[in-house]
Amino acid sequence: MECVQEYINLFESNKALIDKPCTQKLNEEREKAFVRFRAEGFPKLKDENWLHTNVAKKFETDYGMDLGRKAGANSVKGSFTCDVPNLKTVRGYIVNDCFTIAGEDRNKLPKGVLIGKINEIAESNPEIIDSFYNQLASKGDSIVQFNTSFVQDGIILYVPKNTVIDETIQIVAQLQTNVDILTNRRLLVVMEENSHASLLLCDHSSTDKKSLSIEVTEIFIGRGASLDLYELEETTESNTRLGNLFVNQKHDSRFNHCNITLTNGFTRNYIEVVLDGEGADTNINGLAIGDKKQHIDNRTLVEHKKGHCTSNELYKYILDEESIGVFAGKMLICTDAQQTVSQQTNRNLCLTSCARMYAQPQLEIYADDVKCSHGSTVGQLDENALFYMQQRGIPADEARHLLMYAFAGEVIDNIKLEALRERLHILVEKRFRGELNHCKGCNLCK
Amino acid sequence: MENLLEIKNLHATIDGKEILKGINLTVKAGEVHAIMGPNGSGKSTLSNVLVGHPAYTVTEGEIIYKGKNLLELSPEDRSHEGLFLSFQYPVEIPGVSITNFMRAAINAKREYLGQEPMNATEFLKMMREKRAMVNLDSKLANRSVNEGFSGGEKKRNEIFQMAMLEPTLSILDETDSGLDIDALRIVAEGVNKLKREDTSSLVITHYQRLLDYIKPDIVHILYNGKIVKTAGPELVMELEERGYDWIKNEN
Repeated sequence: MECVQEYINLFESNKALIDKPCTQKLNEEREKAFVRFRAEGFPKLKDENWLHTNVAKKFETDYGMDLGRKAGANSVKGSFTCDVPNLKTVRGYIVNDCFTIAGEDRNKLPKGVLIGKINEIAESNPEIIDSFYNQLASKGDSIVQFNTSFVQDGIILYVPKNTVIDETIQIVAQLQTNVDILTNRRLLVVMEENSHASLLLCDHSSTDKKSLSIEVTEIFIGRGASLDLYELEETTESNTRLGNLFVNQKHDSRFNHCNITLTNGFTRNYIEVVLDGEGADTNINGLAIGDKKQHIDNRTLVEHKKGHCTSNELYKYILDEESIGVFAGKMLICTDAQQTVSQQTNRNLCLTSCARMYAQPQLEIYADDVKCSHGSTVGQLDENALFYMQQRGIPADEARHLLMYAFAGEVIDNIKLEALRERLHILVEKRFRGELNHCKGCNLCK
Repeated sequence: MENLLEIKNLHATIDGKEILKGINLTVKAGEVHAIMGPNGSGKSTLSNVLVGHPAYTVTEGEIIYKGKNLLELSPEDRSHEGLFLSFQYPVEIPGVSITNFMRAAINAKREYLGQEPMNATEFLKMMREKRAMVNLDSKLANRSVNEGFSGGEKKRNEIFQMAMLEPTLSILDETDSGLDIDALRIVAEGVNKLKREDTSSLVITHYQRLLDYIKPDIVHILYNGKIVKTAGPELVMELEERGYDWIKNEN
């Protein structure tokens, strides 16, 4: 039996159990999503969007899924912290796919800000989930439909009009399991007019068991609002992450995103930003560091729907040993998007002859008064620079690290939070020195 | 005086092509040697071989430096032992600031010599002093190494690094190329300020003008991979008057 059929059977025979803890809206959307998943199955390698990433194979493992919601978010806080020195945070935790946030943390947030489980907030503020849940993700591919089919809870962050959150909201995701596990994570962020927040998502794993986490994030940024989103992936070789991020931006809103794959096994991130109001501005940055047989695939779509918007994209990969990188970035400038300014840059370093990079920058323009550019390069470390440094006494290994670190630095320097920027500089340097090979818990605070 | 460097019957190739065809050269502590010669005679090859550039292969001969077999040392250890090359074409290193670059270099050398790393205050003080010596703008020090520097700034940055590393034997490879007369003077003055009784230099150049500022004790003419003539400073004047053709005809 094909593995897709096994998941279909699993769904059908456990439908009541899956529905049980969930709010009605989740179950309604689940029905629709499952129809699509059943019809489409998993993406195939010949699918244009999955050319170099065989995702179906990742579902073949006989994973456990906690459909009975038995694990809960047990006492993560005592055993696991994730401090970034000098960074004030309000912190919540995800264990597998269960979210908790301590009352004292929640109380630090300004009045009217909501953060909590989808099912809980659906009780107190049903209008949020009715208006926003699955509004962007419904058009996602079959992996997204898989998540919507099986997801049982998630997180909502709601920031009301004119509210500015000074502290960074940090969500630390962790896997704790004795068996191979599949988790479905969901995050919904709603930024009302003129609000501001910064959000740091740390994705960790402390298990050597195989794990597959499917993450769907929907973000709505209202008129004049701004959101800084930092995602740090620091898991193990046995982890597969399928991230799906959908962002909708209204008039004069801003979105800054930085996605860093520091250590991982197999990663696919899909990022879609729709500039849906004039004057919106988006910056998406990514840094991927791979070695061994790691696989890192980032696919982005920036859709300029309205005029006078700006977008900046910078993705960099550093691939060592036999790692594989895939980058496909598309900028789509629609007919009405006059006066668009858009730039996409993708630069890649292959440190060995076995490392491979597949780069596919794309630009589609339907408006006639725009300023757009894109570029992609793949290369090796500069031998002349290495020798120059050695002549000055810097040992060959150290010289290599300095060059790699300088290459990566351009992405990290785009991070606005100084404390996080400093921390990431140190982490990336450690990563290159091979000092992050054993991710037992969180390296942010070590 | 003690021999600092002894090159004996040195042969070297690049991509299988022999460039150096039996060089013999001895530099004593404290001496300044000029190596002149027409284009393609092997001047830059000689400097690259001395600092251990991986593209060149030594096929015969030996180089003794401070009594050690230089060819057995890695490029970085040659540097730690006091060998410095001012590059003809200094390399741009985007993203690496001069400060970080120099700190890595200084501390690697100290580690080699069994010393503790230099503390930040001490290091920054040293940077300031040496920068002043070659009139290197403080703004440049925070920029990436050589990135976007003018020709003159690049050469000044080479001499600044030389000042920081205090080499025993410095090789100046066409340090005058691409410099206007003011920049040339600043660079040459920097080199002269760094000169100590026990340090030596090999000054590689086409022209007399650099040697108006940096006075050599001994002048060699390199032609077709060999040193064909060695004399005192008066040879510089003779070359300036007669050009290189008579050398070519004699050999």
